[in-house]
Amino acid sequence: MSPTSDPRPDSRQALADPGLAQAFRRGAVKSLPFLIVMIPFAILFGVVALEAGMDVAQVLGFSVLVLAGASQFTAVQLLSDNAPVIVVILSCLAVNLRMAMYSASLVPWLRDATPGQKAWVAYALVDQSYALSIQEYEANPRMALPQRLAFFGGVVMVVCLPWMIFSWVGATVGRAIPDDIALDFAMPITFLAMIAPMLRTPAHLAACFVAVLGSLVLAGLPSGLGLLIASPLGMAAGAAVEVWSGRRARA
Amino acid sequence: MSNGTSDLTVWLVIVVLGIGTFLIRWSFLGTLGDRELPPWVLRMLRYTPVAVLPALVAPLVVWPAATGGQPEPARMAAAAVTVAIGLWTRNMILAILAGAITLFGLLYML
Repeated sequence: MSPTSDPRPDSRQALADPGLAQAFRRGAVKSLPFLIVMIPFAILFGVVALEAGMDVAQVLGFSVLVLAGASQFTAVQLLSDNAPVIVVILSCLAVNLRMAMYSASLVPWLRDATPGQKAWVAYALVDQSYALSIQEYEANPRMALPQRLAFFGGVVMVVCLPWMIFSWVGATVGRAIPDDIALDFAMPITFLAMIAPMLRTPAHLAACFVAVLGSLVLAGLPSGLGLLIASPLGMAAGAAVEVWSGRRARA
Repeated sequence: MSNGTSDLTVWLVIVVLGIGTFLIRWSFLGTLGDRELPPWVLRMLRYTPVAVLPALVAPLVVWPAATGGQPEPARMAAAAVTVAIGLWTRNMILAILAGAITLFGLLYML
């Protein structure tokens, strides 16, 4: 088949589509505030991993192949503590299991994407790219699939690339960030700021409340496990309140 | 590594974690694509972000690692202000700013 009869849209054409470029830019711009958190954390990861005795290639290996901040810190910590390899791997996978819920929740929005596109989305599915994209999809339900993917791409460029670049910088420069700037709290604040505007209905509030309560009660469980129990409980609470308020509205 | 863990072990962890994490992320999106999900599943999935992310940070707010797990008023207040401003203005950036100002203001004063 000659290239001209190929029915698939040319990628250069796709990039020239103003709607796509706009969606990409929108995703990138919306992600900019996260750089304030992402860059110092990435540098910190590079420094911590270097101090634990890893080399620059291994630091980059983590940030490019795993691309999941919390589990990367967990891995370095456990490896430094001489934990058995199987414990390191299982603990880190447990920390990342929440992303299976993100994956499921994106199905209704991205089901018609090609397998290749889905694989790229899966690779770059982190807390920030998930939260910003789902927020955008819910706010603009009529967005077309290519725009949805372009928005996701814009977010990933600003959120994931700097993670790789600055963990390399941290491992190369190797200088710690001052302890007194309360960086530990940048992550909770940005996540809460992302979620609060999404709490639109009593059902959303119920989901949030039950999940938070559950995570606090179950905080003593091994890493990640409490979250995996608390989150579905919250989601079920949200669904239950939605059904209940729907029935009351019809009655 | 400095504690004697071999380079090969570190790379083994990196590669297995990389593949495992990808498969977790790809799981539903990659395999369920063409099938319709049952309505009750879709209804629960609508609440994924508002359940998972707050549950992820709640223990960090109440028992911050930086204070050795001791509850601390500045961080609690910052979290509360962030949520309140986010709910009220529906603006993420304003919420981040308000939370950061509260945190640094209180840490400076206390």
